[in-house]
Amino acid sequence: MSSLSNPLPEAEAQCRQLAELLRPQRHRQPTLVGIHSGGAWIAERLRQLLELPEEIGLIDVSFYRDDFAEKGLHPQVKPTVIPFAVEGRHIILVDDVLYTGRTTRAAINELFDYGRPAAVELAVLADRGGRELPVAANYCVWNVALAEGENLALDRDEAGRLTWRLEHV
Amino acid sequence: MSNPQLNDKGELSHLLSIEGLPPHILTQILDTAESFMEVSARDVKKVPLLRGKSVFNLFFENSTRTRTTFEIAAKRLSADVINLDINKSSTAKGETLLDTIDNLCAMHANLFVVRHAASGAPYLIAEHLRRSGRDDVHVVNAGDGRHAHPTQGLLDMYTIRHYKKDFTQLCVAIVGDILHSRVARSDIHALTTLGVPEVRAIGPQTLLPKHLDKLGVHVFHDMDEGLRDCDVVIMLRLQNERMNGALLPSAGEYFRHFGLTPQKLALAKPDAIVMHPGPMNRGVEIHSAVADGPQAVILPQVTFGIAVRMAVMSIVAGN
Repeated sequence: MSSLSNPLPEAEAQCRQLAELLRPQRHRQPTLVGIHSGGAWIAERLRQLLELPEEIGLIDVSFYRDDFAEKGLHPQVKPTVIPFAVEGRHIILVDDVLYTGRTTRAAINELFDYGRPAAVELAVLADRGGRELPVAANYCVWNVALAEGENLALDRDEAGRLTWRLEHV
Repeated sequence: MSNPQLNDKGELSHLLSIEGLPPHILTQILDTAESFMEVSARDVKKVPLLRGKSVFNLFFENSTRTRTTFEIAAKRLSADVINLDINKSSTAKGETLLDTIDNLCAMHANLFVVRHAASGAPYLIAEHLRRSGRDDVHVVNAGDGRHAHPTQGLLDMYTIRHYKKDFTQLCVAIVGDILHSRVARSDIHALTTLGVPEVRAIGPQTLLPKHLDKLGVHVFHDMDEGLRDCDVVIMLRLQNERMNGALLPSAGEYFRHFGLTPQKLALAKPDAIVMHPGPMNRGVEIHSAVADGPQAVILPQVTFGIAVRMAVMSIVAGN
């Protein structure tokens, strides 16, 4: 696992790398589901790069989170939109950063309320370790170690360009 | 005075009244409700947010529709719902309201949905919970006396936003028995909080409260005048008991002056929407041709109402 480089790697270039990792799966007619908000931006980019015919799905896991009792409902919930039948499909969940694995768990739970997919895989730009659940990414372009109190956030500017930002929390 | 609906972080812990709530909390509820609309459209109409929580419907006053929509909303949040038929239970045997609450808390209630004929009953319960240190138990007002019906007010705002998008350009008319209507009161507070520039109250003098102008409302006794160029018309139910109470001459007379007919509706903007909290009295406050017409959004209101109640319950239960 590499520690953090300065400047941060280019998120747009990483999206292209991730697309190449996914390309061999195209014969399975995968459909992409992005997790709000960073994952949704990446999924949209991957769909263009891979020229997938179908609209991507969007998931906001706020209604499925396991920390509702401590933190309450997230103040800005976005609607989940799954514009295709989940039943029997090969679904690739897309997120920006894989960390504890709890968001992935919530997203899989939510997905199954729409039907029974044939398979679910996970594609992320960054894996920062720190797992609290048995979750692993099938496709990942950047393994990175972050210091205590550091957080990676993905931004999208007005032109739609994706960039990494380091937060101190 | 601190707002009894908010916790010490300023978050919504009980929903008692729209009055005194900041616009961002109303907007948060409407935005959250939008996400819940999608849940109700799925095959599996359930999310696990309130799994293991107990919601008690305490309806000291009858209302099948409101109770049912709260019950559906709670069930779609995976809560356990207990409906208490208060008229036939301990209250009828002489137990006080707060003793009833204490007993239900001892049964590990998490949320009370309260409908009561006395204005302020939900406040009394919230205040009692606060004094007993039960900040883990929440209250949602489902209508108290003539005072407030905040979830109806919120679902009306959801409906208006859904069809009209922007509150800050609108003219909204509320027609009918505003004096006795908790719906009208909640609507007026919500509309002004969300920045609607023109709120009108239309009705006979005997059914309009005094000092409505202090709430920023324009009063009309002539319906034709009041409806002119409105974007939204909210009709209120005329309660039969008003007819007997000498406030009105007759249902026929009322319909002639304040019933919404296609001719009167034509005075409003061509794309005006018509709302009604239900249950409707056809031929008393609304003509069937309007109630079933293309401008009526009365049934969508019912659908939106479930999403709005899911939003309210999940927000207060999490704070």
